[in-house]
Amino acid sequence: MTQAYVETPRSEGASAQGIPAPEGAGAPNYTVTPKRAPDGTLQGDLLEVSMGPQHPSTHGVFRMDVVLDGERVMKLKPVFGYLHRNHEKIGENTTYLGSMPYTDRLDYFCSLTNNWAYALTVEKLAGLQPPERAEYIRVITAELTRLQNHVSLVGFLLQDMGAMGTPLMYAFRERERILDLFESLTGARMMCNYMRFGGCRCDLPPGWLEQAQQAVNEFPRFLDEFEALLSGNEILLARTQGVGVLPRELAVNASITGPMLRASGVNYDIRKVDQYGIYDRFKFRVPLGDHGDVYDRYMIRILEMRESVGILQAALRDIPAGPIVDPKAKLRGFRPKPGEVYGRIESPKGELGFYIISNGSPNPYRYRVRPPSFINLTILEDICLGHHVADVVIILGSVDIVMGEVDR
Amino acid sequence: MGTLDEIKARLEAAVPGASIEIVPNANPDSRPSLLVDNPHALAVARFLRDDPSLRFEYASNVTGVDWLDTVSQEKRNVKQVIDGVEREIEQTTELKKPGYLEVVYHLYSMELKHGPVVLRLRTGNRTDNARVPSLTPVWRGAEFQEREVYDLYGIIFDGHPDLRRILMWDEFKDFPMRKDYVEPDDYEYEPTPHDDVLEKARRHYPVEGKS
Amino acid sequence: MSAPLLGQGIFKGLAETARNFFGSYVKKDRLITVQYPEERLPQTEAARSFPVLVYDGDDWQKGLRCVACLICEKECPPQCIYIVKDTVRKPDAAGKLQFQPRVFDIDISVCMSCQICVEVCPFDAIKMDVQYELSTGDRFGTLLLRKQQLAKPNQYYHQIHPTEAAEVDAHLSADKAKAKAAPTPKPA
Repeated sequence: MTQAYVETPRSEGASAQGIPAPEGAGAPNYTVTPKRAPDGTLQGDLLEVSMGPQHPSTHGVFRMDVVLDGERVMKLKPVFGYLHRNHEKIGENTTYLGSMPYTDRLDYFCSLTNNWAYALTVEKLAGLQPPERAEYIRVITAELTRLQNHVSLVGFLLQDMGAMGTPLMYAFRERERILDLFESLTGARMMCNYMRFGGCRCDLPPGWLEQAQQAVNEFPRFLDEFEALLSGNEILLARTQGVGVLPRELAVNASITGPMLRASGVNYDIRKVDQYGIYDRFKFRVPLGDHGDVYDRYMIRILEMRESVGILQAALRDIPAGPIVDPKAKLRGFRPKPGEVYGRIESPKGELGFYIISNGSPNPYRYRVRPPSFINLTILEDICLGHHVADVVIILGSVDIVMGEVDR
Repeated sequence: MGTLDEIKARLEAAVPGASIEIVPNANPDSRPSLLVDNPHALAVARFLRDDPSLRFEYASNVTGVDWLDTVSQEKRNVKQVIDGVEREIEQTTELKKPGYLEVVYHLYSMELKHGPVVLRLRTGNRTDNARVPSLTPVWRGAEFQEREVYDLYGIIFDGHPDLRRILMWDEFKDFPMRKDYVEPDDYEYEPTPHDDVLEKARRHYPVEGKS
Repeated sequence: MSAPLLGQGIFKGLAETARNFFGSYVKKDRLITVQYPEERLPQTEAARSFPVLVYDGDDWQKGLRCVACLICEKECPPQCIYIVKDTVRKPDAAGKLQFQPRVFDIDISVCMSCQICVEVCPFDAIKMDVQYELSTGDRFGTLLLRKQQLAKPNQYYHQIHPTEAAEVDAHLSADKAKAKAAPTPKPA
C-alpha cells in the first residue's frame, strides 16, 4: 500500500456498514506448532517459508506460504491478488467492443482464445452467427495459440526443473514462428485483439496461408526433436513420475479442467462436448493420462500438440473464401437484448468461460470471467503435500498458471 | 437430463420443504435458472450431484451479482370523490423493490456430458443479512470462487472452510464489485493527467496540473 | 519410455543438443538469432504501435483529415484521447466545410495500441504507426503527444502501410469524384 492511501468517507450505500467479517477472517486458518516427540521433547521446528511474489519459478507474481518439516511440505497456502486489475469492474464500465482488448490481457499467452471465448459469449447473447471463413480462421488461430502455449509451457517446466534454458530456447524458436504469423495477421504478437462479434477483424493477408502451412508442416519434426531431447531423459523421468499425483475424483470435484483433468484420466474436452464453432468437422483424438502426475501432464501436452497439428492441417486445407463478419453485426452502438448467457471454450489452460448479464445498455450489467488457472489452483495444496520444495516448483509449473488470468 | 421443470419436480420430491422457483431468462438462446431458498440449498446441491440421472458433479462457475434497490413509479387511475363529484385521477405510487446479492452456480456433468443447470442463491438484503450457505462441501471447486465472491461482494458463506479475502489484501475494507462502491482517494503522481484524473491531480498538487 | 541402458535418454538428449549446436554452423535455419541492432527483421505491414493523424498535402493544419467527430475519443477503451472541437471550420479535401480539432492529445502512457480508434474512424484520419524504437532519456516529457506531433503526411502513411494507404486513397478520391459530379450546396 502506498503512502498516498488515505481513509476517506466510504460509500453512503449500505455496503460498508453492517456486514460483519467472518470470525478469524484475514488470518490463515492454520497455526504452526513445533514438532514434539511423544515424550514431549522438542524434535524440530516447522519452518514457514514464503515463496514470495518475486521468485523466478512462480510463473508471475504468485506467492505460496509453505510450512516445511525439513524439506517436506506440511501445508501450502497460495496467496495471489498481486496482479488484480479489476477487469470485471472495468468490463461493467466499458462497452462490449471496448472490453475486447482487455480480454487479450487476461491470459496473456493465449490472447486469441480469450478473444474467441468473449466473442462467442456475446454472439450467443446477441444472436449473431459468424460466416464460414471466419469460423475456419478462428479454429486456425486457436490451434496455433494452443501450439505456442503448450510448447512454451513445456519449455518453462523444463526450465524450472533446472535444464538451464535449452528446451526453453528450442520452444521459443518455434513460438517465434507462430508469433510472426500472428503479427502479420493481427498487427501484434501477443495482444491480438482480433475477434469481433460476428466474425474477425480483418481478412488474411496474401501469403499468410502458405506461411502458416509451412510453419505447421515443420512442427512435427520439431516435436520429434523435442521429444528426443526430453521424453526419455532419466532426470526428467525421475523428477516427474509419481510427483504431484491428482486423483480422478478430486479433480472432478475441484472443477479442474484442461490438460490437468485429462492427465488424471477424465475424458472431458469442451471441443468434443460442446462442439462450439466448427470443431465437429475435425477428427482429432483426446489424449488421456493414467496416473495424473507431472509426467502425464507433460506428455498430454506433447500429444495435444500433435493433435492440434492435425486439426491445423485439415483447417488450412479446407478454408473457404467468403466474408469475414456477420452482416448483422454492428461495430458501434452495439446493444444486445437483455438476458444472461454463459459461453465457454477449451482454452489451452482449461475451460475459459464468460458469464455476461445484459440489461439492454451498451455496457454489460455483469461481466464475469471464469478463469481456468484460478480454479486449477484449488488443489495445489493437496497435490504438494509430502513432497519436497523442489517438487513444489515443478508441480506448480505443470498446473500451468498465468497470473493475468488468476487475478484478472 | 430432462427439462428444467422435470428437474424441479424431482428436486421438490427429493428435498421436502425446499421452495424452488424457475427464474426466466430473457435471452432466447439461454436457459432459465433454478432459484433455491437458502436453508435447503445444501440438500438440493447434494441431490443434483449424487442423483444417478443428473450427476452434476462439476461446478463450472460461481458468480456474484449485485442487484441494487430499485424504485419504480407506478401510475394508476383511481376514482376519488372531490368536491362531491366522482372523478378519475392518476395517482403515482412508488414501488420500492429491495435489492439483494445473488450467487449463481453453473453446473455441468462430466460423466453424462449434459448441462448446464444454473442454480441461484439470494441473500436477504444487501446490508445486514448477506449470508448464504456455502456449497464448498458439495463441490470443492467452489472454494476459491466463493472466497472471491466474499472478497468482492461481501456475501458471507456459512460453512466455508476458509473464508477470507483472496484478491484484495487482507486489511482492505470495502467490497469493490458492488454497484455503490466509492473508490478511495489514493491519488498517485501521474505524468500526463487528463479529464477526471486532472481534477484529482489539481486537488492534490495545486501547483501542477497544466493542460 | 524406459531405456535398457541407464543414461541412454540423457545421451540421446545430448546428441540432440550437439546436432543443434554444430548444425547452426552449417544450416541457416538453425541459426535463428537476429543480431539486433545491426540486423533488423523486416517490418510487417500490419504492425501497430501508437496512433498518428494523417494529413493530405503539405500543410499539416490545412490538410488534416480529422473533423473532430469525437468517435475515437468515445470508443477508446482506456480513454487516452482528448479532443476539443474548434469553432473555426475549415474546408476538407472535397471542399465541404468541416469542423476541426483545436486540441487533440493522445496520452501514450495510457494507450494500449488496440487499434479500435482506427477501426471506428469514418474519415480515415487516425492510423497506426509502426515505430517501436521510442526510447528517450526524457522520462515524462514525451508521454503526451499533441496535435502537431501526431500529424504525419500521407506519404509517410504510404511508406508504413502501402496496401492500406492505396485502398484509402482510392476510396477517398472516389468520394471526391462523386461529390464533384453531384455538387451539394455548401452549408452557410
